[in-house]
Amino acid sequence: MTLANQFSPLHELRNKAPVFLTALFSMTLFASVCNLWVPEDSAFHVSTYTITLLGKYLCYALLALSVDVVWGYCGILSLGHGAFFALGGYTMGMYLMRQVGDRGVYGNPLLPDFMVFLNWQDLPWFWQGFDQFWFAFFATLLVPGLLAFVFGWLAFRSRVAGVYLSIMTQALTYALMLAFFRNEMGFGGNNGLTDFKDILGFNLQSDRVRVALFLCSALMLAAAYCASVLIMSSRYGRVIMGIRDAEARVRFIGFKTETYKVSLFVYSAVLAAIAGALYVPQVGIINPGEFSPLNSIEVVVWVAVGGRGTLYGGIVGAILVNYAKTRFTAIFPDQWLFVLGALFVFVTVFLPQGLVGVFKDQKHWLFRRKSVEDVGE
Amino acid sequence: MVSAGEVTHGEVRELSQRLPSAKLRTLPPIVEQLEQCGEAALPLLQAMLKGDLWVRRSDKLIVIAERGKGAEFTLVDAVSGVQLPSVTKKKIKKIVINNRLRVQLRDMIARVTLASEDPVIRESAVRNMLNKMSADNVALLAKARLTENDRQVLAVIDLSLAVYALNHSTDRSLRLNALDVIDGSLEPVVANALSAVLAADSSGVDLEKDADVRLKAQQAFSKIQRRIDFYELLEQIFYGLSLGSVLLLIATGLAITFGVMGVINMAHGELIMIGAYCAYMVQLLMPNSIEYSILLAIPCAFVVSGSVGILIQRCVIRHLHGRPLETLLATFGISLILQQAVRSIFSPLNRQVISPSWLSGSLEINPIFSLTYNRLYILVFALIVFSVLQLVLKRTSLGLHVRAVSQNRGMAKAIGIRTERVDALTFGLGSGIAGIAGVALSQLTNVGPNLGQAYIIDSFMVVVFGGVGNLWGTLVGGFSLGIANKFLEPTTGAVLANIIVLVGIILFIQKRPSGLFPQKGRAAE
Repeated sequence: MTLANQFSPLHELRNKAPVFLTALFSMTLFASVCNLWVPEDSAFHVSTYTITLLGKYLCYALLALSVDVVWGYCGILSLGHGAFFALGGYTMGMYLMRQVGDRGVYGNPLLPDFMVFLNWQDLPWFWQGFDQFWFAFFATLLVPGLLAFVFGWLAFRSRVAGVYLSIMTQALTYALMLAFFRNEMGFGGNNGLTDFKDILGFNLQSDRVRVALFLCSALMLAAAYCASVLIMSSRYGRVIMGIRDAEARVRFIGFKTETYKVSLFVYSAVLAAIAGALYVPQVGIINPGEFSPLNSIEVVVWVAVGGRGTLYGGIVGAILVNYAKTRFTAIFPDQWLFVLGALFVFVTVFLPQGLVGVFKDQKHWLFRRKSVEDVGE
Repeated sequence: MVSAGEVTHGEVRELSQRLPSAKLRTLPPIVEQLEQCGEAALPLLQAMLKGDLWVRRSDKLIVIAERGKGAEFTLVDAVSGVQLPSVTKKKIKKIVINNRLRVQLRDMIARVTLASEDPVIRESAVRNMLNKMSADNVALLAKARLTENDRQVLAVIDLSLAVYALNHSTDRSLRLNALDVIDGSLEPVVANALSAVLAADSSGVDLEKDADVRLKAQQAFSKIQRRIDFYELLEQIFYGLSLGSVLLLIATGLAITFGVMGVINMAHGELIMIGAYCAYMVQLLMPNSIEYSILLAIPCAFVVSGSVGILIQRCVIRHLHGRPLETLLATFGISLILQQAVRSIFSPLNRQVISPSWLSGSLEINPIFSLTYNRLYILVFALIVFSVLQLVLKRTSLGLHVRAVSQNRGMAKAIGIRTERVDALTFGLGSGIAGIAGVALSQLTNVGPNLGQAYIIDSFMVVVFGGVGNLWGTLVGGFSLGIANKFLEPTTGAVLANIIVLVGIILFIQKRPSGLFPQKGRAAE
């Protein structure tokens, strides 16, 4: 193997991805098979509730991955990624809303229930076309991508960085939350979009569709992970990491850092939007609460817990923290915020590299001791 | 010796005892006799008009009853005004009146109050009539005018008569005269009277035939309109300043911790919340002196929030020095813990802090422009806090140390400033001011665990907009955002105004990344 090969993106992918992908796919396949083909009274049966829960975790993992891409690799701490996630969710929600057709409470074939309730006569222009899946699919990629492009282009071009950028992203998601809470916006206001019936003609409540969505989430996560590994180990990725470590220096060498940052930001926003679009059919609702700054900042803590700048760290963190949340809120519903808050403080003060960092250190430590022993002999 | 007052009270008592047995038809003569007793019978007549006049069944005493807690009625002797023990509805019987009697009572009350010795009562009586002028009222007022010697009351009487003359008189010179009298008055009823004169029927033909009157009314109307517009503008500015003062208060603390120290404290909102809960606690501890508890709450909130702030700084922020993004996350975690702690201790429900009486009410400048006292005081208070802070930073040794550390930490340390101590004190100062802001906020909104969250983004916006590290920037930023918000509100609604301002700031920061007043020279890096 030549030296150049060792640093090629494909080599990195071969090196890093197999363990993660194997773990991901064995888990998803096991869960799916146990749900569909193992009888319900068997000890190995996985309930549809669990499938949905796992699917939710995978969407969160994809969202965490998107934050890790910008925060871990480029040092852009976005406190507003929930906005892209929610926008992706809303575009999917609009498609699902149109699929309801005349089966709504008011039975209007064209208008969703909340518009009938608000006495609207016509479908607003921005709802046109959402009865087609392909249109909704492109909107999912385009709308959040466009927002990320405009925001990133404005921010990075004028070199807003660090804490300022974080606060700006938070203000962005806050402003969107306020806007989506308004009934006049035409997105269902307070209640958001819910009561979905089916997707692509299949009933959303059936087990098979649930499993299919779950598998889709796993596939998307795997694809996003592989793509991110490829991107980060390419020449482009190295420039991105250079920007993280010394932006001024990279700029002086002659790279247009803002172009790199904007494109990465857009890529990350699109990943977040896909996560949102997969999330909505599984949980069955999207409302403006998803825009709340707290949600976005929670994502950052998943990444911090897992370990940023590793791609798989964020995924592991998202799944672990959410599993803990599910468990904990079931036992002590009121105390979860204490745990989450303590987690924030603990991880930032004691585990700057996250859980992944702990294991890495352990390896180094073992390795070093061995070598010391070698010397002793 | 028996005084005149007691005689009339006795008379009223005697007459009132005849009320319960009277029929609806025989009530009017008794009421007329009551009128002769003058002001002594006024409470009784007013209660009767409102339907609050009852008879106590046990001793046939005439009482004014109002529904109190639950089924209990609180009783007051209708003649002497003495408080009586509360009873249930079964123990009392209502004195029923009809519409004819109501009309009669209204006139009577007007007559009695017009004859009052207190000019304030007389004026309010005339003002009451001003809104519903009738031929009877005109006669009454014209009579009262002859004996009136108080200037202010006289002016209101003239105004009332003029409004009536304008709309009902047929005498041209009288109407032109009336237009002179009402010229420039801001009473809403005047504007109504003028627009009635200027109105056109559906085909566009003016209802008013007299061209002179119409022209003059037009002039008076546009003059009034101009003045109303002017005062509405003033009112908007005042509301904007008021919102700005709240923004200034909540952002001042942040300007210290974020602007001067460079620490992102996401728990700032929760420190405000703690201050507000301090106001609530102080009020609970001294229920008998609500009037002054708010004054005591200010130092309490400063100390409590300041101590919490120092604790946060010593335990967490100190270890994250030079890592702003991590500081942001850690303090956000602290904010979650504080919120949940308050939720566990005080329950998630909102608590209300009672405003002392000197904070409620409003300063009325003219009929359409008044300033509420609580907003006025908060505006003044915000400015005081701001100036005290400026003094502390510019004139004390602590302030000198703070500025030195914020400009060049290493150099400050080298010349012997204990930077760790300065850090803790600065953070405590910023947090304490957040607590004070909480006390002020407790006068405007309910106190609840989410109080801080509602303001954290706004306060960051103010600091970033004004320029980090510059207190004057925070002042200008707070007031300009407040005024911008209030000027947008009438056209867009509150929520959209908020969104527009947020987006505006986001765009502004792209243009000027260091805010309105960027730091210059060495402090800039």
